Amino acid sequence: MNGYLRRRLIQMVPLFFGVSIVIFGVIQAAPGGPEGSLLAAGKFVDPAVIESYRRRLGVDQPVYIQYANWLGATVRGDLGTSFSTSRPVGALIAERLPATLELMGVAFVFAALVALPLGLVSSRKPGGLFDSIGTGTSFLGLAMPVFWFGLILQLVFSVRLGWLPVAGTGTIGASSFADHLKHLILPGFVLSTRYIAGWSRYFRSTLLGLAAAPFVRTARAKGITEARIERVHTVRNGLIPVISIMALNLADLFSGAVITETVFAWPGIGRLFVQAMFARDYPLLMGILLMGAATVILFNLVADLLYGLLDPRIRYE
Amino acid sequence: MNRRRTIVAGLLFAGIAAGCLAAPRLAPYAADAIDLAHLKEAPSAAHWLGTDDLGRDVFSRMLFGGRISILIGLVAALLGTAVGAIVGAAAGFSGRGIDNALMRLTDVAYAIPSLPLLIVLSAYFNAAAASMVLIIAGLSWMATARVVRAEVLTVKEMPFLEAARCLGATNVRMIARHLLPHAAGSLIVGATLGVGNAIMVESSLSFLGLGVQPPTPTWGNMLMDAQATMASKPWLTIFPGAAILIVILTVNFLGDGLRTALDRGPGDRKHG
Repeated sequence: MNGYLRRRLIQMVPLFFGVSIVIFGVIQAAPGGPEGSLLAAGKFVDPAVIESYRRRLGVDQPVYIQYANWLGATVRGDLGTSFSTSRPVGALIAERLPATLELMGVAFVFAALVALPLGLVSSRKPGGLFDSIGTGTSFLGLAMPVFWFGLILQLVFSVRLGWLPVAGTGTIGASSFADHLKHLILPGFVLSTRYIAGWSRYFRSTLLGLAAAPFVRTARAKGITEARIERVHTVRNGLIPVISIMALNLADLFSGAVITETVFAWPGIGRLFVQAMFARDYPLLMGILLMGAATVILFNLVADLLYGLLDPRIRYE
Repeated sequence: MNRRRTIVAGLLFAGIAAGCLAAPRLAPYAADAIDLAHLKEAPSAAHWLGTDDLGRDVFSRMLFGGRISILIGLVAALLGTAVGAIVGAAAGFSGRGIDNALMRLTDVAYAIPSLPLLIVLSAYFNAAAASMVLIIAGLSWMATARVVRAEVLTVKEMPFLEAARCLGATNVRMIARHLLPHAAGSLIVGATLGVGNAIMVESSLSFLGLGVQPPTPTWGNMLMDAQATMASKPWLTIFPGAAILIVILTVNFLGDGLRTALDRGPGDRKHG
């Protein structure tokens, strides 16, 4: 296990290297170059910030030296200074991260709490009424455009019924914990839909596959009750791949949060990213992209390790 | 049951796509016909789905918008699948070196969060429909590449390929005539599901204001325009989004049905 972990960690280095080259290249490819497009757009950017950006990259140097400079600074934890706010990118990200983590956490836990029982009950009677409704709803959930779903929920629950706030994290002047929770409901639910749909279907088909496995037939032949087979044999085995998928999806919840945060004016990383895009704030965009990629790489590893941890039959050499 | 669902979904999608492609003939009004006498009207006999804040007919705009959304979806999915098939076949067929390089490239492309990257790229290219296609396709080939590589690896060592090689078939011929047909099922399913994905991505970008730009309508940018007047003019929000939902839903049902019909993998021997 330790040898495996070490090898996986070493593999992550070239992967991160490749990712950093692509991100650097994408930002360099900005029409007119990162600072050129700023000047062309006539945007006001603190000259000191541009100067520090030039110095950090050394824009008079060849591209590969610029890349090395940038990578060196990044590895040392210096993500640069944001064009639009003249503040360190790292600080901006750290400021917005808690809001995103909160939203993701709520969506993730809610999705797991709904999806797993849904998948279990559906798998008991494949093709039955509950399963058919579940399948239909899942297809709907997977095909639902996130932003539109958010708008419709706002229309129904905020505008028409007036039960829930439209957007934001709290009512100005009347914020309390309960008020904050109310603001979490709609964005949390919208962000969780895809995962409820995906995980419940995945869990269901895993359980159905297990129900046909020889060891389950043996258990049944021995006269073990269906409830015990489910509790001891199928559900425990079925959870392993689902948990690994969940870990993988945790990384791309970040992508989903971009749209959800925009629709609900949630002050997290996703919204920061969209704002940075419209401000052509390239250091900030690069910082967020890098952080997103690092999260994906990390959770890929976590998913792999979880698999081995949960299933003693899998031994990594 | 499943079969009927697939056929209904396929016909529905074909109908919507045909209707949108025929928009210039079918639409009761031009997409950008401004009518200042009929601003923001609710759905009526004259304007089936109402009018927007410039008096433009929503139904007509949805037909024209769907033309762009669906075309982008179809072409981007085809292109992405083609790239994935080529990368996957090349990786699976070649030796370790090229295989390793291509698969690490796939890992890198997978690791970067795709929606944020799409947002940056689409802001570069004035968001013309053609560049949207290239960007979406350029970031959606990885899954296909992995599947095709896996299929090529399983078939590669089979006797009929050895026979083909003995008969002097070139590498390209072996890949095109003998290996890729084995992956045809996965390619068809992947391309179908890719259409839904591409439409979703295009509409998300348009919704953020980074896709195809107004006054050219797409379902996504119609929704962006509608956001401000959502409370008072809900039909402007409801219809374009419902169109996106229905099209993606039919494409997904179609893809799922095709998967069941074409799957020859283990656990599905009854078809084989």
